[in-house]
Parts: sequence; structure tokens; C-alpha cells
Amino acid sequence: MNGSPSLRNRLNTVVRDIPRSGIRDFFDIVTTMKDVISLGIGEPDFDTPWHVREATVFALERGATHYSSNLGYLELRKALAKYVSKNFGAEYNPESEVLVTVGVSEALDLALRALINPGDEVLYHEPCYVSYRATILFANGVPLAVETKAENGFRLTRAMLEAKCTPKTKVLMLNFPNNPTGAIMSRQDLEDIAAFARERDLIVITDEIYAELTYDAPHTSIVSLPGLRDRTIFLHGFSKAWAMTGFRLGYACGPAELIEAMMKIHQYTMLCASSLAQKAAIEALTRPDIDVGEMVSEYRRRRNYIASAFAEMGLECHRPLGAFYAFPSVAKFKLPAKEFAMRFLHEERVAVVPGTAFGDCGEGFVRCAYATSLDNIKEAMLRLRRFIGKL
Amino acid sequence: MDELLKLLQTNALESRENLGKLLNLPVAEVNQRIAEYEKRGVIRGYQAVLNEDQLNLDKVTAVIEVKVTPSREGGFNNIAERISRFPEVRSAYLMSGTYDLLLFVEGDNLRQVATFVSERLSPLDGVLSTSTHFMLKTYKRLGVLMHQDSTDERLSISP
Repeated sequence: MNGSPSLRNRLNTVVRDIPRSGIRDFFDIVTTMKDVISLGIGEPDFDTPWHVREATVFALERGATHYSSNLGYLELRKALAKYVSKNFGAEYNPESEVLVTVGVSEALDLALRALINPGDEVLYHEPCYVSYRATILFANGVPLAVETKAENGFRLTRAMLEAKCTPKTKVLMLNFPNNPTGAIMSRQDLEDIAAFARERDLIVITDEIYAELTYDAPHTSIVSLPGLRDRTIFLHGFSKAWAMTGFRLGYACGPAELIEAMMKIHQYTMLCASSLAQKAAIEALTRPDIDVGEMVSEYRRRRNYIASAFAEMGLECHRPLGAFYAFPSVAKFKLPAKEFAMRFLHEERVAVVPGTAFGDCGEGFVRCAYATSLDNIKEAMLRLRRFIGKL
Repeated sequence: MDELLKLLQTNALESRENLGKLLNLPVAEVNQRIAEYEKRGVIRGYQAVLNEDQLNLDKVTAVIEVKVTPSREGGFNNIAERISRFPEVRSAYLMSGTYDLLLFVEGDNLRQVATFVSERLSPLDGVLSTSTHFMLKTYKRLGVLMHQDSTDERLSISP
């Protein structure tokens, strides 16, 4: 960045010192190029289901254009409590234990700011969503990254957490199904981690934005395990399963004391989530299984296709079990992930995201999102085969 | 419904190899299952979905509601199967409600369809009355939108 050094010196030092997301640099290059097939898009290629869009238009016509309550429309919070109870096995009081937010990103920021005193440590696993480390730092927390490994299927285990946890650790952050690896948690690992959280008296923040998108086994939420509901903030939203990214609608469920604290920040910084998006979400929850089920089947087929294409060209890849990402290893080509992605982009016009955007331990990997049409995936795999043949 | 059939309905030209990859099945099994469906008559054929409005064809399509008398033996089937055999009839359905059969009939022009109705369809024993509507424009056929622009509004890279 250019600009005057005197202004730069007046920035908040935490903000100043955090590098911008590795994805942004890459994005800037891709946007200058034409005819690129992108496997770099972390959002569904499906349109928001038509009945949801139609209901949004109707809400606009009827004049749902005002503030809602800080927590969100009660009708939506009731529908959310019902949905979470049915699908995730935890009961929440819609009056006081559900908060509607501007995407899960806001909910995560609120949760961390509500919990962290300067110097408190936050355990999280890498590779992970690009914002986690920065969001912890913005909240004046100390990020403790636990590396998950491809050879274990990117599992997170109790032993790995124990090795990093200290008496100053206050929060454990989880994200399964995982972006960028596509890993999910086994029930046994989840139970061990739940026991660990109870023993160390940790607050758990679990980002389950991809929960509906699992392909071989159903998702289990840590919040459903004994004793966890009262120490967990459960985060979810409409972006992925309902293809509603631009609506920016997420929510947090948790014990009333924690939701109240998050609400305090939310009311002074955001006031409320978009009323139109909230109306859309109410409609989305009226028939979730139909909409989501069809999309899941389509993602599953693409996952099958991409996994077998990697296998055919001898590219090692942990079989993705959830979300819509594959995270193959490109380490054998002896190129840094960023250079691999850059050359692939320039030589074959296919965009993938270097694994390092998701943490240092993502070196040697690239993220390929299969949230794009099968035709694009087929063509991208042809080009990938040609590209690695030249390396 | 079998996922294989769904895929074929979306794109019958998908290669057998790709169908195997998508469904995580060996190609031999895909081939065998398709052969069985064809043999059992579940799969009746493979057609292209055309946007005929783009072709400026000299052709009209009429939707005809038909009231009929069911026969003592065979109910509606006898008359419906008889009507379905006319090549002009592209689709035929038995309906609930104020009429019995719904036909999609094609002809080169309005007169040809009118002749079909007055000289072929109406005189049939059992046909009580008909009501003919002409189709003006197609917006969606067989689940496919006819006027969709395929622009991707998404950012080319996102987290």
C-alpha cells in the first residue's frame, strides 16, 4: 500500500500489522484476466431458491423496510430455535438465546469481542477460514493455531489441542465441515474434544455454516454433546446451504448471558440485521429439506467427479466429506503453493486458491471449490492434467 | 428416483464414464442399468430440448381440452389411446377437473390444426366437446428456461 507514512503511523497497531488476506492479492490478479475458469469461489453457484427470492420481493412490496428488534424478528428467532433443535439437538429460548447477525462473520466477531480480555488465548485449527486469526487479533486475543494434517484426513484430536492449551486459554473455535479442507469430525473425536472443553473449562465457538453439506455421513454438532450447550456459542447462517451469501444473514445461539453480551455490541455497532434478509430467511426455513437436499446431491456428484479426476492424474487428495472444497496436495511438484496457483492461472487460465491463504500449514496445497458447474469442473480438470504434465 | 435417471434427464449426452465418476460407480454398472431401463421401457427415448421460438418455424401448437365419454370396458383408456395415435398429437394426458383429456397438437398452420380438430378429433365416437387454445410463446419447457442469460454474478475469487 502507498500513501503517507505519517497516516500509516497513526493507525491502530493491531490493524496495521495484520496482512491483508492472501485471497485478495490473488483476486486482484484474476479480475484482470479474461476467460478464467474459477475454482476459487467460496460460495454456491446455485441461485437462491426462487420461493425465497419471491418472498423477499413480496416483503419489500409490503414495506418490511424498517428496523427489526436488535435480536432480530421474533418470528425468525422462533423458526431458528426450532430448526436448530431439530437438526443440531440443542434447545434455545428464542426470546433470549438467539441473535440474528449480518452473516456468521459478524457473529464470530461479536462472540470473540464479548469473551476476550486482552491476552486471553483462543485455540483454533488451521488450515481454516481466512478471517479467524485476524478476528481473534482484532478482539485483542492471542491466536493459538493447531495444525491439522492431510495424512490424518485433517482430523482435529484432543491430543493436538492438549499440546497447545495453556491456563490462559479461554476459547476453542471449531469449524466443521471445514473450509478449506472439506474435513468433518468423527463422533469419537468430537466427544473427546467435548470432554477436553469441559475439563479445561473452555468456551466453545462452533462455526457450522457448512453443516447441511455433508456427503457420506450426517453432521454431528458439538453442541448436542452432554454439558456443551451451556458453554458453547453455536454459529450458523443461510449463505451456503441456501445459497444466500449476498443476503448476509447469520445467527448465534447460546446461553442467555453470552447472547446478551454479544447483543450489546451488535446493538451499538449494527443495530439489527437487514429486515428484508430476515424475511427471506423466514421463507427459507419453511421448506429447508427440499431446497437443500437437491443442492447436496449435486455437490456430492461433483465431489465424486473431482475426487476421481485427481486420483486419475495421481494427485493426492484427502476425500472431502463436507462443504464444497477439495484440498489436494501439490507438494510433489516442488513449487510453493502460491507459485503453483499463479502459474496454473497464467498458463491454463484456471483459478485455484493457494493453501497458504488458510494458514502457513496450507503450504503445499491448493483449494479447489466445486461450487461451479460440472462443465467448468470437467474443463478445469482437463487443463490441470495438462498443466501438471508439464511440471 | 434413481440418481442415474435424474442425471440422464438433465443431460442424456453425458458420457458413461462421467456418469460413473459422478455416481461413484463402475462404468459397466452404469451401462447395465441404462440397458435395463431401456429394456423395461422406463427410458422411452432421448430428445434434444429446443427453443423452437428461435427457429422461426412455420408451425403452430395448440392445447386442446377434450371432454369424452368413457367406454364401458376400458374406461378412458380406449378413447385416449386412440387419440394418442394421431401423429399430430405430441402429448396427451388424462386430467381431473372440468374436462378429461389434455392434448398438445402440432400443425403447420392454424388451418391444419382446425382441420384436425373438426375432421379427425371431434367426429370420433365418445368425443363430446373440444376447446382449443393456441400457444403464443414458450418461456419454459421440460424444466428448461428458454430465456436465461448465463452470467455469473459472483466474484471470481472469494474466501
